[in-house]
Amino acid sequence: MFQNVQQLIELTDEKKISISEAMILQEMEVHDRSREEIIKQMDRNLTVMEQAVKRGIEEEVKSVSGLTGGAGKKLYEYMQKNETLAGDLLLDAVAKAMATNEVNAAMGTICATPTAGSAGVVPGALFAVKKKLNPSRDQMIRFLFTSGAFGYVVANNASISGAAGGCQAEVGSATGMAAAAVVEMAGGTPRQSAEAMAIALKNMLGLVCDPVAGLVEVPCVKRNAFGASNAIVAADMALAGITSRIPTDEVIDAMYKIGQSMPSALRETAEGGLAATPTGRRLQQEIFGKTPR
Amino acid sequence: MKFRSVFDIIGPVMVGPSSSHTAGAARIGLVARHLFQTEPDWADIHLYGSFAKTYQGHGTDVALVGGLLGFDTYDERIPQSLKLAKDKKINVQFIEEPDEHDHPNTVKIRLGKGNDKMELVGISIGGGKVEVKELNGFKLRLSGNHPAILVVHNDRYGAIASVSAVLAKNEINIGHMEVSRKNKGQEALMVIEVDQNVSDELLNEVGALASVDKVTKIHD
Repeated sequence: MFQNVQQLIELTDEKKISISEAMILQEMEVHDRSREEIIKQMDRNLTVMEQAVKRGIEEEVKSVSGLTGGAGKKLYEYMQKNETLAGDLLLDAVAKAMATNEVNAAMGTICATPTAGSAGVVPGALFAVKKKLNPSRDQMIRFLFTSGAFGYVVANNASISGAAGGCQAEVGSATGMAAAAVVEMAGGTPRQSAEAMAIALKNMLGLVCDPVAGLVEVPCVKRNAFGASNAIVAADMALAGITSRIPTDEVIDAMYKIGQSMPSALRETAEGGLAATPTGRRLQQEIFGKTPR
Repeated sequence: MKFRSVFDIIGPVMVGPSSSHTAGAARIGLVARHLFQTEPDWADIHLYGSFAKTYQGHGTDVALVGGLLGFDTYDERIPQSLKLAKDKKINVQFIEEPDEHDHPNTVKIRLGKGNDKMELVGISIGGGKVEVKELNGFKLRLSGNHPAILVVHNDRYGAIASVSAVLAKNEINIGHMEVSRKNKGQEALMVIEVDQNVSDELLNEVGALASVDKVTKIHD
C-alpha cells in the first residue's frame, strides 16, 4: 500500500515495476478484484473519454447556458488549416481538453479525472501525445492508472475538490497527474514522473475556483486547456532531467494548506474572482434572472 | 484513506457538469432512494454552503432528483429528472439554507410516502465520492475508510444476531459496528463497517430478514 509519492516511488524501485503496475496491484489487493476486471473497467473509461473528445471536436457543442461550446472544434479546425505557433502536439492537447469540458458543460457523458470540472486535462494530454508516441491500447490504459496513482495520493493527502481547495485541487491535480503519466508513456522513470507531477502542480498553486454564475464553464474550459499544455511541458522538463527543489509530497501538502487558507468566496461559491467581475455578475443575471447572492 | 480506489480518481463515468455537485448529488439521491426503497410522493431538499449557492448551474437539483428516481451518475435521463418527477406527480421542493454546515457540499433530504418518512444528511467530498452523515436523526460516525452497510431495523432481540449471521455466512468480517435507537422497541440503526466488498446479493439477503426494515451500502 502506498499513501504518498515517496512510498509509491520506493515501491516501484523495490519491485522494479512501473507506477501504473503499482496502482493496478494495489487495486487488485484492496478490492479483491482480478487484473482482467480492473483493466476492463479502465478500458471502458478510456472509451468514454475518446467519445467525449470526438463529440467535442466534431459537433457544435453548446452548453445549456450558452456560455461555452465550440472552442475545441474551432482550435482543431484552425490547426488543420494553419501553421500554428505553439506546435500541433501542444494545441492538439488544448483542443481535446476543451472539447471534453465543453461536452461536460453541455451535460454530456464524460469520465471524471479526477473531477468533472477538470475532466479535460488527462484525456487532452493523452490523446495529443498518442499521435507522437503511438501507444498500444494497453499503454493508453496504463496512462490512466499512472494518472490515477498520483490523483489517489493527492485526494487522500490534500483534496481534489474545488469547494474545499480551489481550482488548484482540480485542474492543478489533473495537470500533475497527466504530466506524470506522459512521462511514463514516453519511457521516463517513476522518479521522473514524480518530478513532472511536482513541477506541474507547483505552477498551479493558488489557482482559485471562481466559476461565473456557478457554472462549470467559465473559466473552467480554458483552465483545462492550459492544464493539458502545462502537463506536456512539465513532462518534457522532467524527461530532460530537471527536478523540483521541493519534493512532490511537500508540493501536495502546500497545495492542501493553500486551499485551507483560501477564502470561501474563492472556493466554488461564485462569490469572488471572475464570478464577481461586472461581466461575471451580468452573465449570472442573464442566465438565472436574479441578483447574485 | 478516504479514497480507496483508482476509480474514485479516474471515474466516475457521469453526466456533466460537476463530479461533486452533479455525480455526488446523484449518488446521495440514490443512497436515499435505496434506503427508502420506493419512489417517494414528496421530497424536501435542503441545500447548504456551495450546494445552496451553485446548485442550479451545476445541475445539483436534477442530479439529486435523478438519484431519487433511481438514476446512477451516468444515466442520460438526469437532465430531464425534474420533468420526469413532475410527470410522476412527485412533489419536489428545494430550500436554500443560509447556515453553513461542516462541509461546503451538504444536503439534507426529507422524503415521504403515505405515513412513511425518512431524513438523510449527505455530503459530497469531491470527485463523486459521498458520505452519509445522518439518517433519521441518527448521527453516523463512519471512518469512510471501509465499505459500510446501513441497516434500519426493529429494536428487538435477535435483530443484530440475524444480520451478523448473514455476514458470517458470507465470510464478511465486521471491522466496526454501532447500534443506536430512538426509543426502546422502536426504530433502530446498525452501522456496520466491513473489510470485504458488499455484493447486492448480500444486501438482498440482509434486507429479507424479518427484523430488518431497510438496508443499503455506502463507501464502496
